[in-house]
Amino acid sequence: MTDAYLKPGLPAPAASRDGLDAPFWQALARNEIQLQRCRGCGKFQWGPEWICHRCLSFDLGFEKVEPVGRIYSYERVWHPVHSALKDQGPYVVVLVELPHANDVRVIGNLLGDPRAPVAIGAAVEAVFEHHEDAKPAFTLLQWRRAGR
Amino acid sequence: MTERSLRGRVAVAGVGQTAYYKHGESPDPESKLTLEAIVNACKDAGISPRDLDGFASFSNDRNDGPRMAAALGAKELRFSNMFWGGGGGGTAGAIENASAAIACGIADCVVVYRGLAQGQFGRFGRGAEIRTVSGDGAYTLPYGLMSAAQMFAMKVTRFMHEHGVRQDALKSIALASYRHAQRNPAAVRYGRPLTPEQYDASRWIVEPFRLFDCCQENDGAAAVVLVPAERARDFPHPPCYVLGTASGGHYRAAAPSHNAPDYASSHFKTVAKRLYAMAQLSPHDVDVLQSYENFTGGVLMAIVEHGFCAPEDVNAFFTLENLSAPSGRLPLNTSGGNLAECYMHGLGLTIEAIRQIWRTSTNPVDADVSMMIAGPMVTPVSSVIFGSEATR
Repeated sequence: MTDAYLKPGLPAPAASRDGLDAPFWQALARNEIQLQRCRGCGKFQWGPEWICHRCLSFDLGFEKVEPVGRIYSYERVWHPVHSALKDQGPYVVVLVELPHANDVRVIGNLLGDPRAPVAIGAAVEAVFEHHEDAKPAFTLLQWRRAGR
Repeated sequence: MTERSLRGRVAVAGVGQTAYYKHGESPDPESKLTLEAIVNACKDAGISPRDLDGFASFSNDRNDGPRMAAALGAKELRFSNMFWGGGGGGTAGAIENASAAIACGIADCVVVYRGLAQGQFGRFGRGAEIRTVSGDGAYTLPYGLMSAAQMFAMKVTRFMHEHGVRQDALKSIALASYRHAQRNPAAVRYGRPLTPEQYDASRWIVEPFRLFDCCQENDGAAAVVLVPAERARDFPHPPCYVLGTASGGHYRAAAPSHNAPDYASSHFKTVAKRLYAMAQLSPHDVDVLQSYENFTGGVLMAIVEHGFCAPEDVNAFFTLENLSAPSGRLPLNTSGGNLAECYMHGLGLTIEAIRQIWRTSTNPVDADVSMMIAGPMVTPVSSVIFGSEATR
């Protein structure tokens, strides 16, 4: 498994039982971002829905998205609200806008020094953080500053 | 103005609350607290709880209306209502629902109430200790984005970035609440003043929120009894009318994974317009404001979106002097609010808004128009304006 950014023990993501977001999680395991795209109007939306909020088509699929984005907002967390984070220290959560997917946004951690300044608008690239030993295994979509 | 309005059609008969406690310190369980607050509100109105015929609450209150009606021996239940949505976004929304029921003749005497014992049922500030998560939570929880503070810091950071807001603006909101609480013996933080230095030295919870930017976690209950305006003079208090209410959110405000198109918002841009239209008032008419502090950053955005201050002027507007009773430009959270009186999911703030009209606040502002803003940054949010006889 890749080195995890956060200490183990946080809730592990699982595909929703109704299958709505299964392709997203399966793609992450293959080092790919796949997000929901409407076959009616061709636009991306995130999180996934059973209907396109723009054209109200039910004909939706998942498509590969370039693994690059820019920081739309961020936060540095200090106070642990979960027992797994008791000895974590500060960590950074970023909200990343994806220009290749109609600017939908995804949440992840910004890898690197958690105390370093974070610039809104900065370019970031995806890092696929595999938790292969977890049962069931899962992959998190993380981010690092681009061009490193 | 269309006749489809609540303006001046509903009045407050009485308010009630329990003693307010730090979480875990209530000697009584939540359901008993809730009953006590309702009984106190009825006593305040000089009526019997048996005469309540409507029960309205919000935020999935565990103390359901029909059960409360049975426990209190209410003669007949005519209105049983829950305002959808979590957090405190429904505080004014429950007033709105109850008022609508009264104005339409569905019920005659409705209690809006909230019971909340975080000591008994778990603290809001903790993340879920669960093994797996699916659905919308799967996109946030595994990254350590788990609590309300963490959910909303992301929005506030973006807003501060867009408008050059400084930390001092947030600090002023916290200081105002604590200053007002020092004159309110019922406040949990009464006798515990906050200095600017203490604020600056307090620990980060999640940037840009320090400890004192975050609401308390409390045990208690509160209740408000509403009646038709025709009966406004039948009770011990002077008339206090509902002049306007509005609730909801802008386009796709509740989109998952932080995808609301207009993101750096407290979600009041459209709500505030409808509120003022119904009340036939503007921000200049508002004498005193109670604005729900989940976190100070939400208060700041809510005040901007209710038109009290332009986004580019926040650093000048949000000063302790401007926000202080009795003579600041906009006296704010005059009971101490969620930060320093009690986090009763905003119903304590609603009661304070009413007390300002009744002149019974411990930080009185000569108010004829008194506003309460509920639950910034959640969806739905809600607001209400109360007015004295002079405004009707």
